[in-house]
Amino acid sequence: MPDPESLLSAYARSLGIAVNGSEDGAPLLTIEFSDIVQGRPGAFHGGATSGLLETAGYAALRARLIEEGRDPQLKPINITVQFLSAGKQKQTYAKGRITRLGRRNANVSVEAWQDNRDRPIATAIMNILMADRSA
Amino acid sequence: MAKPLPPFDPKEASKLFTQYGHSGWLGLRYSDHGEDWVELELPWREDLLGEEDRHVLASGPIISLLDMASGMSIWTATKTFTPVATLDLRVDYQRPARERSAVTARVECYRRTKSAAFVRGIAHDGDPDDPVATMAGVFMTIARDPRSASHA
Repeated sequence: MPDPESLLSAYARSLGIAVNGSEDGAPLLTIEFSDIVQGRPGAFHGGATSGLLETAGYAALRARLIEEGRDPQLKPINITVQFLSAGKQKQTYAKGRITRLGRRNANVSVEAWQDNRDRPIATAIMNILMADRSA
Repeated sequence: MAKPLPPFDPKEASKLFTQYGHSGWLGLRYSDHGEDWVELELPWREDLLGEEDRHVLASGPIISLLDMASGMSIWTATKTFTPVATLDLRVDYQRPARERSAVTARVECYRRTKSAAFVRGIAHDGDPDDPVATMAGVFMTIARDPRSASHA
């Protein structure tokens, strides 16, 4: 497991996202409910939930790439977020899974949940471009 | 007989929306609106970077910006402040935003049914013809205008 801090962007750290261990090689991310993630009173803002999902997707991919000795620059291609239920005022978790790791593109799926892992509050699928830093 | 509620005004509403919660933290600002569209701005901020080595905004705040502009375009189109829930939001990133550049989102609510609202929009950093990202989303209406609750 690489240095957890290195898996998070400045944006992710500002939002309060933290790495809380890992499962099956993928970092487990957490975020506490606070005013800065609030949308409707008492609920997570969809944008904050999306930010958590996206961060978990990048972290899962970065952890895998480090494992494989690769260090490309990651660029977002797209993300589709499905909102399944309102994110309540509780600690929220997210973990990404690499569906396919190619040379230039990675397909990643991510889930976010609160009390019950079997009932995710939101899911995302992402395409991430991996570009050579020398290019 | 209750007085009819005034139509939803995105300019007035943003004064409130952009003061609290996630939108307030991001510092979103109202920029413009029409019959069925709203434009919001996300000012540049050093601590919203997506990468260590480049001064470009992370994509997370751009999703938040587009999500917020989506909701507001729906309320502007319906003229009512009916709470909505995002079902699905897709963002395609065409290119990184320019360094130290604010990002503007313009989202229109192009179709409404009884229970769903369809939105599409772009995010750009100065030139709407050269967007940073395009998006499409579907929202569900979940309740009536809360401002009418006292008249229920």
